[in-house]
Amino acid sequence: MPEMLSLSNDPILFICLMLAKILVVFIVVVLIVAYATYAERKIIGRMQTRLGPTMTGPLGLLQPIADGLKLFFKEDIIPAQASKLAFILAPMMILVPAFITIAVIPFGGDIVVGGYTMPLQISDLNIGILYILAMAGLGVYGIVLAGWASNNKYSLLGGVRSAAQVISYELAAGLSIIAVFMLSGTLSLRGIVAAQSASVLDWYIFSQPLAFCLFVITSLAEINRTPFDLPEAETELVSGFCTEYSSMKYALFFMAEYANMIVVSAITATLFLGGPAGPFAGPINLLLKIFFFMFLFIWIRATFPRVRYDQLMFMGWKVFLPLALLNIVITGAVVVFL
Amino acid sequence: MSQAVVAKLKSAFAASVLEVKEHRGEVTVTVKKEDIVAICQFLKDEAGYNFLCDLCGVDYLGQQPRFMVVYNLYNITTKERLRVKVAVAEDDASVDTVSTVWATANWPERECWDLMGISFNNHPDLRRILMPADWVGHPLRKDYPLQGPDREPYQGRLS
Amino acid sequence: MAKKETMTINMGPQHPSTHGVLQLVLELDGETVVDAVPHIGFLHRGVEKLAENRSYHRALPLTDRLDYLAPMSNNLGYVLAVEKLLGITDQIPERAKVVRVMMAELTRIKSHLVWLATHALDIGAMTVFLYCFREREQVMDMYEKLSGARMTSNYFRVGGLSLDLPEGFEADVLSFINDMPSHIDTYEGLLTGNKIWQKRTVGVAPISAEDAIDIGLTGPALRGSGVDWDLRRDNPYSGYEDYDFKVITRDGCDTFDRYKNRLDEMRESCKIIHQALDKLQPGPILADVPSVCLPAKKDVVNSIEGLIHQFKIITEGFKPEPGEVYQGIEAPKGELGYYIVSDGSANPFRMKIRPPSFVNLQALPQMVRGKFLADVIAAIGTLDIVLGEIDR
Repeated sequence: MPEMLSLSNDPILFICLMLAKILVVFIVVVLIVAYATYAERKIIGRMQTRLGPTMTGPLGLLQPIADGLKLFFKEDIIPAQASKLAFILAPMMILVPAFITIAVIPFGGDIVVGGYTMPLQISDLNIGILYILAMAGLGVYGIVLAGWASNNKYSLLGGVRSAAQVISYELAAGLSIIAVFMLSGTLSLRGIVAAQSASVLDWYIFSQPLAFCLFVITSLAEINRTPFDLPEAETELVSGFCTEYSSMKYALFFMAEYANMIVVSAITATLFLGGPAGPFAGPINLLLKIFFFMFLFIWIRATFPRVRYDQLMFMGWKVFLPLALLNIVITGAVVVFL
Repeated sequence: MSQAVVAKLKSAFAASVLEVKEHRGEVTVTVKKEDIVAICQFLKDEAGYNFLCDLCGVDYLGQQPRFMVVYNLYNITTKERLRVKVAVAEDDASVDTVSTVWATANWPERECWDLMGISFNNHPDLRRILMPADWVGHPLRKDYPLQGPDREPYQGRLS
Repeated sequence: MAKKETMTINMGPQHPSTHGVLQLVLELDGETVVDAVPHIGFLHRGVEKLAENRSYHRALPLTDRLDYLAPMSNNLGYVLAVEKLLGITDQIPERAKVVRVMMAELTRIKSHLVWLATHALDIGAMTVFLYCFREREQVMDMYEKLSGARMTSNYFRVGGLSLDLPEGFEADVLSFINDMPSHIDTYEGLLTGNKIWQKRTVGVAPISAEDAIDIGLTGPALRGSGVDWDLRRDNPYSGYEDYDFKVITRDGCDTFDRYKNRLDEMRESCKIIHQALDKLQPGPILADVPSVCLPAKKDVVNSIEGLIHQFKIITEGFKPEPGEVYQGIEAPKGELGYYIVSDGSANPFRMKIRPPSFVNLQALPQMVRGKFLADVIAAIGTLDIVLGEIDR
């Protein structure tokens, strides 16, 4: 097995390949984000006995480009009383953590390039999961900042609600995946994928069904998707924390939502479904699993009503948190005594 | 059945009942406006008229007294209707509120004040409800122009 | 101890879930509602004053625009009140009465479909909205075939109907009400057993029976608090005493029970329409009261008497005896009342409309005091208000 490529043995090749990986991953994610909007509109449309976009391009496939152009050319309004710096910073603070979390997702095994081995992963941090949780926590800042900086009571209510929601569910999400690395013995995502690579039955969804369900549900709450989309409940707070935003900043908020969806799908696929393991080539498997979870999230959005705020808090603290702790205890007992 | 109620009412408030009319199967009792709260309380407690369907004002421009406030009552148990009317003169356009008897009278009385100009004594919150808060005049009165203030009348045929 | 400050928030006249131009000024303490004050009047068009300047026939289209989601109900209340004023209630032909019942119940279904669609949408279930509107399109197509307009039908006339049923109409109605129960089951399948829906509606916006009667609540909202009162059964009109239907009452006093009430009412309406279709016999559609009802078109174009008759009714109108009537009907939203005073002239001297939503909306503050902001939305949805009839 050739040596692992790193800065010490061939820096130029390393840097070039690293930039290439970043570029490829970034473009793929941005494309998926754009077409996720299209897919959502089409799928929800079909579930509601209507067609969704059909006019822009064949089958409406140019709709995301049309939306992007429209938002780009709209007038960029900043309310006079708004706090300018925070107002402009907020969308970026939501989007950037979403994108940089992708850095630790492994999308394939190792490949041999120019005599060296290179992992198909931008960065193999040995504290991969911790990094993911930390980035998720940073995302809260963006929402709170957006709510506060808009100088608008609706936005403030939306921002405060969202902050409380994300913080509560982050705990449950984090705790529910502790059991995964109790089983795999490592925090590094590459190690977790390797631990599941032996066969399909080794995938952690089979040995940790409770953790899987908990993680999917609590992630829905973290990314503010229905049934937990109170911060942007159009029918209650007009548009929640993004009421005052227009043009590209608004576009950034929505890109952030879909980017978060992709990240959560990718993490779930990596932790519970073996990541790139599967019948096809590594990256294709991962993409298929990501698409499956995104479809699931869109399907849930079309079906369920919204949960009320106090019920959301109740579920987060009194149902999911104890269940996650219970899961850890059971897993711990099994690991120690078996 | 309504006749029995009217008889009871007459015996309890002999001086206040001014007129009893029956038209198209409905009974209308005209009473003095000073006793309206007592009469309504009596009708609610003794005769079982626990539901106030409607409260409105009617402007009989040219007659004395000018206004009538009409209370349409309903008895949910016996399914009977009764109408009580009080005459209100133009120079003393006020009646006691019956919102202490039926809480539902609150908004209809506000509407009567807003559109007709009949004020209600002791009303918890007497302000305009349909017209903007700074509107001058009472639009549903017969001497108020149909097209509103500051406008030419409609030139076409209305009726 | 720091003094707690409440936040005043304005759910302004333009808001996605206030079902029209309703302004709610909410005082919030965090997420809890301390007080909710509704401000109305943004859609006030002066219908009552306009009616005083038109003849009785010409005031009829004004009533379409009150509760614009259930136009034939408003028409029905008005023509029944005027017929009572004229004293011709027992001369209305049987066919007219049956068609009136059939269209009133179709209107009830139409109104409840909009209610369910918007109520579910406010709470977050978007898909139910599209499904309900799909069925509503079918009802609007039937309206259009019958009266020429999808929404403001202006179909009933004083004395009967304006036009007879077109060809194939009964078949359309029959196929619609045969499919309707399965559609209602679909909506129930999406919502009733859904834990999130139950959490959002059980125990939300409660009002006890005594408070409801005191504040003047009527219709399915009142029947959700256990009060068994339905004007179709208790003070029947237009032949309702000959139909066999249940009055749905539930004791829960909360949003979930009112939701179930309206769904069951839709099913009962389908049953009533079935019975109406069975009762339908050929016959005249207008009462034989020459001073009130327009003559048949063939008489108008073929004979001079018909022409003069039509001319007199259209230009002069009819003049009822001086007097006053109050007619209440069970509109989809509650008791719709018309109080008409006649002074012997061709125009109504005073037409007062008792809109169910106007009185129901009074109950909103006490239903939401002490509850959460999200419950205010559920409460507005469950009261089923429409600003057209609140503001007139």
